[in-house]
Amino acid sequence: MMASSYNAKEEDGPNSGASNNGGAGVVKSKKPDNTAFKQQRLPAWQPILTAGTVLPAFFVIGLIFIPIGIGLFVSSNNIKEFEIDYTGVDLNNPCYNCAKNFSWNSTTPCLCSVPFTLEQPFESNVFMYYGLSNFYQNHRRYVKSRDDSQLNGDQSALKNPSKECEPYRTSEGQPIAPCGAIANSLFNDTLELYYIDSNGTKNTIPLVKKGIAWWTDKHVKFRNPGGNNNLTVAFQGTSKPVNWRKPVYELDPSDPENNGFINEDFIVWMRTAALPTFRKLYRIIQKKSSTTPTLPSGKYILDITYNYPVLSFDGRKRMILSTISWMGGKNPFLGIAYITVGSICFFLGVVLLIIHHKYDTRNNSPDIPN
Amino acid sequence: MERLHWVRHRCRQLLEGNSGRGWYSAADGLPNKSSLDAHSSPQRVSGKRRTVCARHGPHQQEYEAVSKSYQGNAIRTTKYSLLTFIPMNLFQQFHRSANLYFLFLVLLNWVPVVEAFQKEIAMIPLLVVLVVIAFKDALEDYRRYLFDKKVNNNVVRVFSGKQKAYIDQRWKDVRVGDFVRLSCNEIIPADMLLLYSSDPRGVCYIETANLDGETNLKQRQVVSDLPLQGEEFSLESFHCRVECENPNDDLGRFRGYMEHPGGLRVGLHNNNLLLRSCTVRNTETVVGMVVYAGHETKAMMNNSGPRYKRSQLEKHLNTDILWCVLLLIIMCLTAAIGHGLWLNNLKDPLFQVDTETSPGLAGFYVFWTMIIVLQVLIPISLYVSIEIVKLGQIYFIHNDLALYNKQLDSRIQCRALNITEDLGQIQYLFSDKTGTLTENKMVFRRCSIYGVEYPHEENARRLEVYEAEKSEEAGRSVTLKSGCSGKSLSCRSLSCQRSSVSLHTLAAESEEEEEQLSNPIHPRTNAFCSRVAKEVVPDPELVRKLNWFCSPELALSDGSSGTPSSLELTYITDFFLALAICNSVVVSSPSQPRHVVPEARTPLKSLEDFKLMFQRLSFSPFAALSTLSPPQMKGSPVSFTRRLFARGKTGSFTPTNSTTDGSEPGRESNLEPPDPRRKLDLSSRAEGGDAGQTEHRDTEDEDAKTNPDGARQDAEGDPIREADRESDTNEELLYEAESPDEAALVHAAQAYRCTLRGRSAEGLLVDLPGIGSLAVQLLHILPFDSNRKKMSVVVRHPLTGHVVVYTKGADSVIMDLAETPKGAEQAQEIYSHIREQTQIHLDGYAREGLRTLCIAKKIVEEEEYEAWLKGQLLAESSIENREELLLESAQRLETNLTLLGTTGIVDRLQEEVPETIEALQRAGIKVWILTGDKKETAINIAYACKLLCPNDQLLTASCGSKDACAVLLEELKVEVQRSEASLTEPTAAGNHGESSSGGVAGFVLVIDGRTLEWALQEELKSHFLELSQGCKAVICCRSTPLQKSQVVRLVRDQLGVMTLAVGDGANDVSMIQVADVGIGISGQEGMQAVMSSDFAISRFKHLSKLLLVHGHLCYSRLANMILYFIYKNVMYVNLLFWYQFFCGFSGGVMTNAWVLILFNLLFTSVPPLIYGVLDQHMPADTLMELPELYQAVQTSKVYVPYVFWITVLDAFYQSLVCFFVPYFALAGSSVGVLSFGSPINASALLIILLHQVIESHTLTWIHALVLVLSGASYFGFVLLFGVFCVTCSPPTNPVGVETLEMSQPLFYIVCALTTVTALLPRLLFRALCNTLRPAAALTSAQTDRVDSERYRKKMQRWNLSHSKANKLPVCADNPGLEPGTDSVES
Repeated sequence: MMASSYNAKEEDGPNSGASNNGGAGVVKSKKPDNTAFKQQRLPAWQPILTAGTVLPAFFVIGLIFIPIGIGLFVSSNNIKEFEIDYTGVDLNNPCYNCAKNFSWNSTTPCLCSVPFTLEQPFESNVFMYYGLSNFYQNHRRYVKSRDDSQLNGDQSALKNPSKECEPYRTSEGQPIAPCGAIANSLFNDTLELYYIDSNGTKNTIPLVKKGIAWWTDKHVKFRNPGGNNNLTVAFQGTSKPVNWRKPVYELDPSDPENNGFINEDFIVWMRTAALPTFRKLYRIIQKKSSTTPTLPSGKYILDITYNYPVLSFDGRKRMILSTISWMGGKNPFLGIAYITVGSICFFLGVVLLIIHHKYDTRNNSPDIPN
Repeated sequence: MERLHWVRHRCRQLLEGNSGRGWYSAADGLPNKSSLDAHSSPQRVSGKRRTVCARHGPHQQEYEAVSKSYQGNAIRTTKYSLLTFIPMNLFQQFHRSANLYFLFLVLLNWVPVVEAFQKEIAMIPLLVVLVVIAFKDALEDYRRYLFDKKVNNNVVRVFSGKQKAYIDQRWKDVRVGDFVRLSCNEIIPADMLLLYSSDPRGVCYIETANLDGETNLKQRQVVSDLPLQGEEFSLESFHCRVECENPNDDLGRFRGYMEHPGGLRVGLHNNNLLLRSCTVRNTETVVGMVVYAGHETKAMMNNSGPRYKRSQLEKHLNTDILWCVLLLIIMCLTAAIGHGLWLNNLKDPLFQVDTETSPGLAGFYVFWTMIIVLQVLIPISLYVSIEIVKLGQIYFIHNDLALYNKQLDSRIQCRALNITEDLGQIQYLFSDKTGTLTENKMVFRRCSIYGVEYPHEENARRLEVYEAEKSEEAGRSVTLKSGCSGKSLSCRSLSCQRSSVSLHTLAAESEEEEEQLSNPIHPRTNAFCSRVAKEVVPDPELVRKLNWFCSPELALSDGSSGTPSSLELTYITDFFLALAICNSVVVSSPSQPRHVVPEARTPLKSLEDFKLMFQRLSFSPFAALSTLSPPQMKGSPVSFTRRLFARGKTGSFTPTNSTTDGSEPGRESNLEPPDPRRKLDLSSRAEGGDAGQTEHRDTEDEDAKTNPDGARQDAEGDPIREADRESDTNEELLYEAESPDEAALVHAAQAYRCTLRGRSAEGLLVDLPGIGSLAVQLLHILPFDSNRKKMSVVVRHPLTGHVVVYTKGADSVIMDLAETPKGAEQAQEIYSHIREQTQIHLDGYAREGLRTLCIAKKIVEEEEYEAWLKGQLLAESSIENREELLLESAQRLETNLTLLGTTGIVDRLQEEVPETIEALQRAGIKVWILTGDKKETAINIAYACKLLCPNDQLLTASCGSKDACAVLLEELKVEVQRSEASLTEPTAAGNHGESSSGGVAGFVLVIDGRTLEWALQEELKSHFLELSQGCKAVICCRSTPLQKSQVVRLVRDQLGVMTLAVGDGANDVSMIQVADVGIGISGQEGMQAVMSSDFAISRFKHLSKLLLVHGHLCYSRLANMILYFIYKNVMYVNLLFWYQFFCGFSGGVMTNAWVLILFNLLFTSVPPLIYGVLDQHMPADTLMELPELYQAVQTSKVYVPYVFWITVLDAFYQSLVCFFVPYFALAGSSVGVLSFGSPINASALLIILLHQVIESHTLTWIHALVLVLSGASYFGFVLLFGVFCVTCSPPTNPVGVETLEMSQPLFYIVCALTTVTALLPRLLFRALCNTLRPAAALTSAQTDRVDSERYRKKMQRWNLSHSKANKLPVCADNPGLEPGTDSVES
């Protein structure tokens, strides 16, 4: 756009005249076009920011932010959340022994059950999370250690996983499926929740394990090689990740729609968390009827099949029960932040108003002539 | 650099095995010595020679042997060929350190342990930059290629040995040693030795406009003593061999000799050389032998590429970049150490991929990873962006209407593309005077002859009238230049039978020709001979005296008071003769080839009578005085007594006189001439009969061109009208002078009927009043030389036969050389009287601001001349030290001159110069005038252009020795300090130095060239600088070009300020090149200044807009853009850095790598460019009205370290907000890496774009469009990428992330909060700044008018005091000093 016409002369060198020998051609004036653009006179908005001009903005921001903040704060407060740490660091924790004696090689699962009490009933759908702390799923090498093609059902990638998966690429000469460190460190505790009703009976709370992964992940990004049928055949010639107890096609043998790579627990795990303290959706407790709460207040027992070691790196494991609102999970920060920023804006607006009255009037007269 | 250049050539040579189109015809690959030398150092070759002999001549073997190593005539100005483009271009591009850094990052990314992104993604930035630049280069190169092709395929007639005839060949096939025949208007294909010209005198004219822009014709001479001249000589028998110097780039120098078969050597010089790309004019056929071809021609060797200067801001920028590097290293070190510590505390974590590496080593790896991840912190794309922005800025400068000169139809030329912002930082402006401040349209104003002043009142009045009319006339008086050149071309072609076009063009242009009639100025000559310049109204007194020649009656009144003595008459005649002939003016008339000199027709039949008479009468009263020394007697001025003329007149012209108006002279002579011209016509009319041929030619011009026959009849049929017409047509003789004052003087002489009619190599044809046309035998021209500061012609006087030297030059030189002859007291008395009077007049002229030139003559004895001639010939034919020898020889001749008189030439100020200077001074720019003129002239001009205000105090520094100079500088310094102290006390305002305008009297230092010489020396220069800093302006007069550049260099280096030099002539070139910004004024004096400048303007007044508006805007735009760029990068990079604290300093990123790379490269790259090109923080009108605003930029308040750090801090704050608001909002939730990055990226984009809205001062629809497009491109990209990129871009696969995120309200809530919070401080800061501290310059804007009354009084007072001060010993001239250090007339 710009560099086209500035150098009529300088690049041609000294013998430029050789080309223009004497035609009495049309005399073209070199006069520049008198257009607004070329003369830099385009109609322009000149935002000279003064106290007078910005103070309405401050008030408006204040007036918008404070209600939003209040709304956020209220809705965040309405969210019920319960969290229980079952890592087993303390001696009195039921899972202390399991944590203490953990070994990848043990064949017998270690079981422990953690009792807890919900003070308030959880009304709507309840989401059950497992939470890990100090688990750096966002470590650069860890994040890379996967093969998306393999997970997408690519046959060649299945047999020959990407180099990024090293050192979890092959095991005993066979390609690992799914390869990589992420898959290898799949969270494999099993959580079961029981409600202890008034008469002491243990009622199993139905946990829905489908619908916890993103739709796009489940249907687009993750695919089993050669369809969902006969996964055993499809995964033949591959090896299970070293830390796994069972191969990928046995993750959920009951439901072929939730087995292999499209196992939702697996998918959820594969979406690496952004921060070292994170939670991942484990199950959904669906609301049964409009009258009874999903989780009534009372005593509960959480049964854990303790398979996942975190103590070595000072990690923590939690189980979280939470309802959600339109803005996600419980988080008072946003509400408070909105209210704070809104108030600051409002306050600054007032300050600017004072300044405007004190100084700005004088400044209006010698305005820049346009 | 030179070396490198050569290496490049060498590479190319090797790469192209085929020599067919190669650079070097040396296909055998031997690095031949000559070309190597020529490329590595053209200066060094003076000792080396090249031998050229005819290609098809008898010495075939010798030719083969000698010419093998010479280049062919094919040229290649392209840098690359199709094959070599990629490697060569890459090689070139990787000279930039920025690109090397990029390459380093790419390579680093290939190291597996360090790898941050996928390999292909890391290459994208580098590739984009390389491709963009390569594309630009390729386009430029392609244009050059097309041009080369066209030039190479031009056809020229070359002598073929086989066919023994001239055959058509293409330019590229021409070889050294070829004989080339050219016709009129053909362009010369190579540097050739002129062997034959159809012109009987063996001259040929070339126009060098293609080479240096000068449009006047240059005369070239056939190699002397060629036996073949005169007929189409047989080329087969051309036995001569030419020895000449190796190719060099000096256009004005060519040395060598031609060896004839007999061993006779003939010197060759520049006059024998036809330069490539010049045009043959006015000569039917020319044959030359090629001596340099292709790239070895002088034209090509002068073809250096565009200028590259590094701007101040870029240097400044580099320090900031270094800070960025430091910041980067700190960040990377933090990450490295953090990673090491973090890893140290971990025991067997599940997520650890690589467990073997020790924490220390892992930290080391992370360091490099982080360098890649945070690479954007070093704004590589900034360099490319700056280049683009500067192109945009130059586009706007180039298109500014205010910088367009309607009269010349010329825009500003921006020759240096990368120093636009330096225009906004100028602190010192060095200006040439002539042609820069003034028009350089010299008009003869007055003269003094024989110590008598002729004030030319009428002339003065006419000039004033013209001055008034000028404004309205300006529009139409000068026609478009391009149009003219086209026409003049067709005019010229009349004489060339070959150019078949001419008739058609003529017919087509006849209408235009008609228009031309109403227009008094012939376009071709408007350069030097505007109407005012041509029409000089003669002084009545002088006319009266001149008329003594013509009227016989005056013999009777001899001795009366009004009668001039015969000696005075001699002086007057000689004076005008000198004016007419002592120059290098080329004469032509509009209808005729420019040079055509009527063949030296036998002068008047009775010339012999004159001579006889003259011999007898030369023992005039004056001659008798000097009888004591007989040689001197001969040397005494030739005296034309009126009796002589009376006799001559009656004797020879009676017939003519009687037929016209023989009775008139007597009648008219008694009257105070009401119409002097009419009377003067006598002489020319007298000539009329004899000089019919001339007349015919002259009358042909204008309308007669279309109808020459009619005109002829007309001319012959009506003698009276003819006479009138002739007086008109006399003025229509076109004089093409090398310098405008020459033209002015020739026209002045013409006004007194002393008309230069034609010129050839051996003679001049001059009309003299009362005598008629005389052929003056021209023996030598000693051309103008800035060392000698004078030029001379040596002629054989047509009447006396004496060898006479007429010298014209700067008064200082001539007055020193003009000696009183020994001997007769009376003569001495007269001489000293003349000298004194002339000196008085000179001083008066100088005070008026006139340029003065002294005219002197000398009669040389035959023996003396012979002796001198030997030396001169020796000097001319020598190859080595030729210049020195010539100078010496000239100086030997120019001694013992007889002062004839002096002329005063007025050179008007250009329009709006005072306003411009005032504005520049108000803008805080110190204006220095560096001129070759005299002190008085310079000061006068300084007053006229308001550089000096009425109440300023002048400090004059003029002394004869170094010690005196030291003392003087010290004294002046004390004076300045004392005055400053006394000023600051009562006002208590310490800003004296700053206040350039206003009532405070400043000091103005006037220093002359000789004193400057001392002041520039090592010991004194600091004193000089201190003194000059106390002064608001400095005027250096009498300075040489070298001194000009020394002064500029001194100020630039010692004060570390930004300097600008503006000039128009060749003498300003060195100054222009030294200054940070060089501005050439494309004026009257050729193109050298323009060629060496960074910007070329046509008027001085354009400077104010260029500096105050464009410079200011460009600087603040660029500075703001750079700051913004840095802000943007720091802000974005920090987001990644903060994330390291949450990913174990492992170098992880929360964004897809594509988005990360493209964020800088695509989504946020265009708005800064628009910002840098279009932002206007003040309207142009305000900037023009309040030059004080320039100071804010000048002291670089926009771009100072603290602003840089504020920007960086703001960026840190914003990145903190931008990272931690989403962090706290999402902490502990199930957010994934990419989902976390999504709101951060989006809000970063919004913040960065909105930040620019806050920062930019204007928002046009372009801004809006670009901002919206940038935002849209980001969101569009991530959305589409998130939909379609299923397995691409592992591992940060973005499938579905953005679509999901953007469907959630949380995303928008976070973005809104982040954006508002991040921008709040900046917004508040801006608002408070603008409210509490409104632009300081606006309040201080006070316009003060200069009291014109006071100015005039002051001026008078100064004039008085100064004439006294001149006599003070401290200022006394010391004439014994070497003349070389003195000034140069520009």
